[in-house]
Amino acid sequence: MSAVMQIRPVSTHGASAPATVAGPVTQIRVIRAEWTKLRGLRSTWWCALIAVVLIVGLSAAIAGSGAPYKISAANSAAGGVTISLIGILFAQLMLGMLGVLAFSGEYATGMIRATLAVVPSRLPVLWAKLIVLVGLMLPLTLLAAVAEFFTATALESSRGGSAISLTDPGVLREVVGASLYLTVIAVIGVALGALLRRTAAGLSVFAAMFLVVPLVAAYLPQSIKGFTPYLPSNAGGTIWGAGKLFGGHQLGPWTGFAVLCGYAVVLTGLAAWRLHRRDA
Amino acid sequence: MIEIDGLTKRYGDKTAVDGLSFVVEPGVVTGFLGPNGAGKSTTMRMIAGLDRPTSGTVRVNGTHYPRAAAPMSELGILLDARSVHPGLSARNNLLALARTAGIGRRRVDEVIELAGLGEVAGTRAGGFSLGMGQRLGVAAALLGQPRTVVLDEPVNGLDPDGVRWIRLLLKSLAAEGRTVFVSSHLMSEMAQTATRLVVLGRGKLISESSVEDFTGHATTSAVLVRTPETARLGQVLAAPGITVIHDGTDLLRVSGTTAEQIGAAAWRAHLPVYELTPTHASLEEAFMEVTKDSIEYHAGATR
Repeated sequence: MSAVMQIRPVSTHGASAPATVAGPVTQIRVIRAEWTKLRGLRSTWWCALIAVVLIVGLSAAIAGSGAPYKISAANSAAGGVTISLIGILFAQLMLGMLGVLAFSGEYATGMIRATLAVVPSRLPVLWAKLIVLVGLMLPLTLLAAVAEFFTATALESSRGGSAISLTDPGVLREVVGASLYLTVIAVIGVALGALLRRTAAGLSVFAAMFLVVPLVAAYLPQSIKGFTPYLPSNAGGTIWGAGKLFGGHQLGPWTGFAVLCGYAVVLTGLAAWRLHRRDA
Repeated sequence: MIEIDGLTKRYGDKTAVDGLSFVVEPGVVTGFLGPNGAGKSTTMRMIAGLDRPTSGTVRVNGTHYPRAAAPMSELGILLDARSVHPGLSARNNLLALARTAGIGRRRVDEVIELAGLGEVAGTRAGGFSLGMGQRLGVAAALLGQPRTVVLDEPVNGLDPDGVRWIRLLLKSLAAEGRTVFVSSHLMSEMAQTATRLVVLGRGKLISESSVEDFTGHATTSAVLVRTPETARLGQVLAAPGITVIHDGTDLLRVSGTTAEQIGAAAWRAHLPVYELTPTHASLEEAFMEVTKDSIEYHAGATR
């Protein structure tokens, strides 16, 4: 092969100032960069698809089997919605993983070095990943929750169950709350990924927070159970009524959700501190 | 321009870079030479602000790089280890970096062509060979047409065509007035491309000079003399500053003087000389000579 190599001509405008095309780093630009990454990865769409299938599919399976849900003094309309939202308990693992991978994936592959070399101020990368993931999660999970609601109510009423409407007390809050809950879950995942840097560590801590600790806590003796309503899953779960599933003392729905957001803020703060201070 | 002043990096009690000071000027290719583990990659990571120095400062084009207003126009860097996402296509890897500086798709396609990745731009980078990965990394470093280009072992894994491409690229970047700083553990590679050399051993600066000066100083030239009268010629040549080594055959290895002076001295003493050969250490030998005391990891067996 006789490769003819061409050397680009020497620029004519002085040796001290060669041409450049790159502009300043802005938060908007970093957000667009992070969206390019998130959109371009297959894992994003797999996690999202599985989460939606879990939410809608499990709900349809529950609504289509067993005794039809009848509204009564003991069984509120909102309670019926909570039962059909049970897929969230599994979907949250997928979305938490998506969040963790946003950072740990970059550390595992080494891309983080390229990322931070072009955004040496670093923190805009964390904010951009959070914004992009929230921007994807909110509409996606809201769509899933609404689809779940209409699928489940249609199935229930076709089998002779009570008709449940979005205007029944607490119902709209639970449907929208499911989406808010899952979005904050993804934020916590991002923070854990940035903080721990390894996929395995991030996923383990996430699973411990949202699966293991609440399950173990449920079997603790009553005398030392006082903290359980403040666990992230129990506190945040109140917004879609999950507390009723496990019984016991619960925080109010918005108070509980605020506690979950508190966890997200603290973890994000720690992640920002570590990203800013430590070697990449 | 890269200005490094008193740069030190410690990891625990291990000192990777130790009080390093040197300047990399624009307009020429500067080689960064040292054995593996000498601290080259650590220095380059500190230039890019990825690792914080324990003490000392690094300036890229006159500013502390992490505070650069438009980072990609100041510095383009290829790091030693892979730094691309295997799940993203080559184009998306580049586009994600380009977006942070508002660089458009046209420039991305331009560097893809420049790096010879046109046919694989849409495929996931995870399947790339080492050579293709290097080309992608070089493309990323060039995206912003930066004033300073830092490449860590760019010819690693490249085929001869790729090596030639890198050499021409480096020279053209320098000719455009950019600062070009390239590391290698191969002296021969540096001799082909670099004008100036910064030599590092065990985290310390060993020399900072032009390539010619480096080889000139480091090279211990000697003259091989073949004579049946080794003992007598040895006595004739003996003088302060002149070393004569006799290996037991009819060969003398004389350093500290020239072939002409040895020939004249032998003629005056009426001693026969059958061979008179000036020898120079190769660049590789010069490099080995200079860094022999500072090699971190010796090969297990040297037969």
